[in-house]
Amino acid sequence: MFWQMVKGALVRQSNRFMLIALTVALGVSLASAMLNVMFDVGDKVNRELKAYGANITVTPKNAALLRDVYGLTNSSAREFLNESDLGKIKTIFWTNNIVAFAPTLDGNLILKDGSELPALGTWFEHTMTLPTGETFSTGEIEMKSWWQIEGAYPVEGKSEALIGSKLAIEKNIHVGDVLELNNGDRLTISGVLTSGGDEDQALLTDLAVMQKALNVPGKIASIDISAITTPENDLARKAAANPDMLSQQEREIWYCTAYVSAIAYQIEEVIGNSSARPVRQIAESEGKILDKTQLLMLLITVLSLMSAALGVSNLVSANIMERSRELGLLKAIGATNLGVILLILTEIFIAGCIGGVVGYFAGLGLAQVIGSTVFGAGIANNVVVIPIVSVLMVTVLLVGSVPAIRMLLQLEPASVLHGR
Amino acid sequence: MALLELKDVSMIYNGKVRALDHINLTVEKGDWLAIMGPSGSGKTTLMNIIGCMDHATEGAITLDGISLMDVDDEKLTTIRREKIGMVFQQFHLVPYLTAVENVMVAQYYHSLPDVEEAMTALKRVGLEDRASHLPSQLSGGEQQRVCIARALINYPVLILADEPMGNLDEANQNLVMKIFHELHDEGHTIITVTHSPEVGREAGRCVVLEHGRIKEPTTPT
Repeated sequence: MFWQMVKGALVRQSNRFMLIALTVALGVSLASAMLNVMFDVGDKVNRELKAYGANITVTPKNAALLRDVYGLTNSSAREFLNESDLGKIKTIFWTNNIVAFAPTLDGNLILKDGSELPALGTWFEHTMTLPTGETFSTGEIEMKSWWQIEGAYPVEGKSEALIGSKLAIEKNIHVGDVLELNNGDRLTISGVLTSGGDEDQALLTDLAVMQKALNVPGKIASIDISAITTPENDLARKAAANPDMLSQQEREIWYCTAYVSAIAYQIEEVIGNSSARPVRQIAESEGKILDKTQLLMLLITVLSLMSAALGVSNLVSANIMERSRELGLLKAIGATNLGVILLILTEIFIAGCIGGVVGYFAGLGLAQVIGSTVFGAGIANNVVVIPIVSVLMVTVLLVGSVPAIRMLLQLEPASVLHGR
Repeated sequence: MALLELKDVSMIYNGKVRALDHINLTVEKGDWLAIMGPSGSGKTTLMNIIGCMDHATEGAITLDGISLMDVDDEKLTTIRREKIGMVFQQFHLVPYLTAVENVMVAQYYHSLPDVEEAMTALKRVGLEDRASHLPSQLSGGEQQRVCIARALINYPVLILADEPMGNLDEANQNLVMKIFHELHDEGHTIITVTHSPEVGREAGRCVVLEHGRIKEPTTPT
């Protein structure tokens, strides 16, 4: 009989409950969209922040020591990393978080006329075979999306070079010019680079050309790595200071979380005699932006649910007032307060659940709209959102029903049936 | 022992308005009592107290041996459910339940709903062929008969009817009155509250309320 009454109320007075379902659907759709975006925004924001460039720099250990202790960036006894070790970067625990990397080898190129040009050898677009057998495409084009090129990027193996915009003006070098090196190589200027950084005052060419000119075959000076990382927290900062200070449990958590310090540590493990240092400004900016973005999403979620609770509260209260005679009658023929409250809550919860399911799927759609509009990519549907949204929905319905329950408790059959 | 006994029962609202003033009344099993009086005389207040929907302020009331003055709201609900069948002037049916479901609701809150028993109750008031109709699809007289079927379904010791003919045309009044006579003849105890002398005349006994007090028992004219 209970379910007949619930069904009768829901089916034969569906308009009343449609509004409750719609209100819950609105609240839940916003909440599920925001929560899905919030859980996925880390990757999305990180990918956006890759425009900042590398967030980890790998240098030979002693070079890093000289730089850290004495502030020396050039030394007569230069140390190098091996180009052959580059593939090992994609074998670490967080291999999928390594978005791109590019080796660099800096030095001065001596032209045939004896003049020198500051130069940097690197990969612009390079496809390599990893130790795992997979192929991986990477290079500066992947990492430096803000570089502006007048002309074209050098093509690997074609002895081409980019000239920094300031150096081009200073030396009066143009696209199409050919520079002849003292070792007989000829470099064609394929484009003029404006980066806003030190590269504007240098010649950028293929790594192999630079290695040959400096006579350091198979060697590189540093590696710039762009990795997707998790914002730093106290544990990450403690580990960054000294990983040996961590307890075994802390170490496991830290190692298995994509903190920039953990990824740098793992890179040092695979590339011998290297020092991998996070670029702190970028890592911390990523963390702050991500935290603020997530806080914003959370606030929108809370506000949308509060609005839904207020809406449900108004609708349920109006529903109770409209039905006061009917509910008073139930009490008059013997229903207890608990029995009537149970009946009303069941009706509200069924309407709320229908609204919740509709709202959840609408929220998934909304999340995709937000993803494609804001990040230009889809948002992953996180299943953990389902229990969270369910709990939030139940809370909204319960909180929203409190005023109505109070009204029900105060409802006296004599008053409503005889209008006393 | 009387089925219902009221001794010096008063009802005072807000400490000032005396709606009932020292009412003394006894109803024996099988009686049909009409409570009459003009508007504002306290008929509805008295019905609410007898129907366990309100507590009297003063006095003593016993229904089927149970004192109604010493019980809380929850117990009063239980007594109402177990002992009383109510018929209202405005019918008061659940609008989204069919006629038979409206009868079964009273069974549900009393014990267990039984569709056959509910159908028998409807048959008794001549509505077995309207069982699956919603209240909005029934005439006023039919709705009132559903109310009577609902009031009878749990075998109450007392049937309380508040202006049962108030909203009915003459044909339906006669039909409902016939049912009340049948119930009385079967031994049911009935109290009807009415301002209509015609309805009052049908009852075996009649008391007239005036300003919250019972005038001497009279025969309605």
